[in-house]
Amino acid sequence: MTDITHHIPDRLLAAYAAGHLEHGFAMVVAAHVSMCDSCRAQLGAHEALGGAVLDGSAAEGLSEDLKLRVLDMLDAPAPPEPPRFSRSGIYPGPVMQTLSGRPVKWSALGMGVRQSILHRDRQSSVRLLYIPPGMAVPDHGHNGLELTLVLQGAFHDETGRFGIGDVECADDDLEHTPIAEEGDPCICLAATDAALRFSAVVPRLLQPLFRI
Amino acid sequence: MTRDAEITEQTRWMLAVRDQRDRAAFARLFDHFAPRLKGVAIRSGMAPAQAEDVVQEVMLTVWRKAQLFDPERAQVSAWIYQISRNRQIDVIRKERRPVPEELKQPDAPQEDAAQMVALDQEVQKLRAALSSLKPAQRDIVEKAYLGELSHSEIHAQTGLPLGTIKSRIRLGMEKLRQDLKARGLS
Ligand SMILES: [Zn+2]
Repeated sequence: MTDITHHIPDRLLAAYAAGHLEHGFAMVVAAHVSMCDSCRAQLGAHEALGGAVLDGSAAEGLSEDLKLRVLDMLDAPAPPEPPRFSRSGIYPGPVMQTLSGRPVKWSALGMGVRQSILHRDRQSSVRLLYIPPGMAVPDHGHNGLELTLVLQGAFHDETGRFGIGDVECADDDLEHTPIAEEGDPCICLAATDAALRFSAVVPRLLQPLFRI
Repeated sequence: MTRDAEITEQTRWMLAVRDQRDRAAFARLFDHFAPRLKGVAIRSGMAPAQAEDVVQEVMLTVWRKAQLFDPERAQVSAWIYQISRNRQIDVIRKERRPVPEELKQPDAPQEDAAQMVALDQEVQKLRAALSSLKPAQRDIVEKAYLGELSHSEIHAQTGLPLGTIKSRIRLGMEKLRQDLKARGLS
């Protein structure tokens, strides 16, 4: 895919490389990297730096038998790997992995908008959103970071146009109204680290359904 | 072979593990990386016994997943770093961290030595740049890459030459994509 114009911010790639990114955001990063060679290479560069840090870090003495124990285990059969699920249709590998290869279970949010929550914990949540053509995603501000990756269709808002593979990174300050473009329904993978606060009247009624 | 003269020891060991299942080479990698992996795990707050469990799992993964090592796209330390971050997260959070789809196919053709050597050299330069940082700066980089800073605390601008490494890895990826395409695998 060569026409991706909105990428993962560099500090998020660094945090992902270091393993210090909340699960929801990590899924969006992994999904975008699966679709974007530029960010894959940049992630590789961060890992090269991480490797240099590891290489130059202080050594800690090992228990005497650790090495022998590991060498003894080289011939032992590897424990069974959990099944790997690869891209299916518009859904990249990391999304299929979390779905365990099953089809998406959508729930209606009204006005044709649907969602499917993939993961939620205390730090973050990540969901698939389905927005019919021409439909506005509820006008919302953020209490924290929101990362939205387009998997099908496109949307635009005050900051620009986002097509397949593009990521919008919105933080506290951005009040925006993404509108799905005509054509295919817009399907996004969206991660947030805090409750969305909707400002439009009708969508506010939907907020409890979002279960954030 | 000129290739052997130019690539780093670590890369040579890792290729021997991958291609010949060479135990002696694995033992050398273990001697180098295991104590550092343990240091990093302890630094993250693990008890020594748990840290050694992580070391064991990471090093066994290096052996078992060796066929995924691609020296045109990742230097050995970068590859082991990535395995160790995955493992540490799995242990601490008790959940698998989402990972990108793999590009590498287990039966990929022989590497291009020039690309491999060029990547090694870029990483050497990065290492030199890292060690020439002022101690306070270096400390921040270490904290960031050992997972001690949150994304809002990380400032991407470290002044380290990541751009050249990115271009180099990109070349490796393009070559891999061409290989896959030529063999009708993509
Ligand atoms: Zn990208």
